[in-house]
Amino acid sequence: MLKSTLSILAGAGVLALAGFGIYAYHSPYAVEPPSARPAFDPAQVEQGRILAAAGYCATCHTAAGGAPYAGNFPVTTDFGTIYASNITPDPETGIGNWSKAAFRRAMHEGVDREGRHLFPAFPFDHFTKMTDADVDAVYAYLMTAVAPVKEATQAPTIPFPLNQRILQAGWKLLFVDFGRYTDDPTKSAEWNRGAYLVEGVTHCGACHTPRNKVGAEEKSARFAGATIDAWSAPALTAANPSAVPWTAADFTRYLSTGAGVYHGIAAGPMAPVVHAGLRELPASDLTAIGVYLGDVVGAPEADPAASPAVQASLAAGRPDPAWRADEGERLYATACAACHYNAESIVAERPELGINSSTRLDDPSNLIHVILDGVSSAEGTPGVVMPAFRDALSDQQIAAIAAYLRDKRADLAPWTDLETRVAQIRAHQGTH
Amino acid sequence: MIEFSINGRAVRVDVDPDTPLLWVIRDEVGLTGTKFGCGIGMCGACTVHVGGRATRSCITPVSDVAGAEITTIEGLDPAGEHPLQQAWRELKVPQCGYCQSGQIMQAAAFLKDIPNPTDADIDAVMTGNLCRCMTYNRIREAVREAAAAMRGEKTNG
Repeated sequence: MLKSTLSILAGAGVLALAGFGIYAYHSPYAVEPPSARPAFDPAQVEQGRILAAAGYCATCHTAAGGAPYAGNFPVTTDFGTIYASNITPDPETGIGNWSKAAFRRAMHEGVDREGRHLFPAFPFDHFTKMTDADVDAVYAYLMTAVAPVKEATQAPTIPFPLNQRILQAGWKLLFVDFGRYTDDPTKSAEWNRGAYLVEGVTHCGACHTPRNKVGAEEKSARFAGATIDAWSAPALTAANPSAVPWTAADFTRYLSTGAGVYHGIAAGPMAPVVHAGLRELPASDLTAIGVYLGDVVGAPEADPAASPAVQASLAAGRPDPAWRADEGERLYATACAACHYNAESIVAERPELGINSSTRLDDPSNLIHVILDGVSSAEGTPGVVMPAFRDALSDQQIAAIAAYLRDKRADLAPWTDLETRVAQIRAHQGTH
Repeated sequence: MIEFSINGRAVRVDVDPDTPLLWVIRDEVGLTGTKFGCGIGMCGACTVHVGGRATRSCITPVSDVAGAEITTIEGLDPAGEHPLQQAWRELKVPQCGYCQSGQIMQAAAFLKDIPNPTDADIDAVMTGNLCRCMTYNRIREAVREAAAAMRGEKTNG
């Protein structure tokens, strides 16, 4: 009995292994040399150019300083560095020998022409949503408009056994929903168009959805935000901490121009997504993406300008008027403190005005006289002068300095009618 | 005729008594290191020493300095090696340089009075010396350096 049970279990195991082997195995597709390839319709090539931009393919398939699409851009993962493939139409090191069917299989199933599983740094889990027509257009573009470059792709640094590509089949089985995008009949055509682009070619979730321990997007945390290249890819859901919730119009503007009014700009890893990418899409597509992402965020379409957060931020940013509230103090700092300032003790010849008789008398005349006409070498300390501010400061300004000294420094009851008093003394033809 | 001394040299000038000291220094005596800035004693570019005190020469009538001893940037140190001038060079303080003679003269008088200033002290006294190039951070650092040097302390410079 036991023996037969073991036999059944063993048999089941062998069958499962065989099944997995069959599932995992993909036969090579035949070589299709460039000479065997028919010419493409220019409209299809142009459509492919736009889609390749919207998927910002060149961003990951071009190394710093390298030829476009020649690969070797290092994608750093938790498991090692994967170098992006050469996808120029070079037959030897690129995809020049790939047939349309081989290219479709790579995009839709993550399997290369030779039948090897591709690592999911290549977001086939998104591209599987793309229509055959769109994938074919990208193919037409790459084969026609991209210059072939002979450049071998470096081997990934992923350690054994994770570097065994057969294991990718299991990863796919667990984490990837293969198949083209299907419309949600409860939503508008525009929403569905946006969803098709976002979930497919623009693969937003590849950066904005956190990944699990084996590097697959967490389906339960779609667009919840993640870290990419030491930058934060913010949540695209209601969890986004923006003071002003993102609206459809905000998304469209941001993805069209690289800058939003109420949130910020596309910088770091997001910069090429916009500038080498999504902005190439027609306006109707960018609007559709906005509609879809606006729905993902779930915010009501309100006018952001009216948001209390906007008003609060504007108010908080206005300069604090306290620093200039006291004109007298400000003028004192500029015109007087160079000499009339003492640190821990009073230095002779640096008159400390808070305790100076001129500020403590009930009558401000002496202080006003000295500010207006200064002190000559023959007065006060011989050989030392104070400049005359008669032509430099107005009555009102001198009154402000005097009021500051009286109030803040001498801490005495304010002088009244100071400005009038300054004007009188200014006009006074004295004999001293 | 108004008599005073400038950088240790006796001078006599025959000008209107209301003439600003700055004009006399630049046009009559011919020392042009002292600069004209605002003309109303608000920017500090014209700062010289009168009797050792930092003084805005643009609003000081020349008659007021009769008999006084005046020092300009040219006379601060005969070899241009005042600790402030050394610190200014080491820290590459000036940008356009226009305000800098006034800054140095202001700082020199300041450090005589307050040899161990805090940053707040430096700010309080130097606030009246404007720098259009915004070299304030380097000015403050140089004043600190010079203060330390004048106290005989080792500095990072």
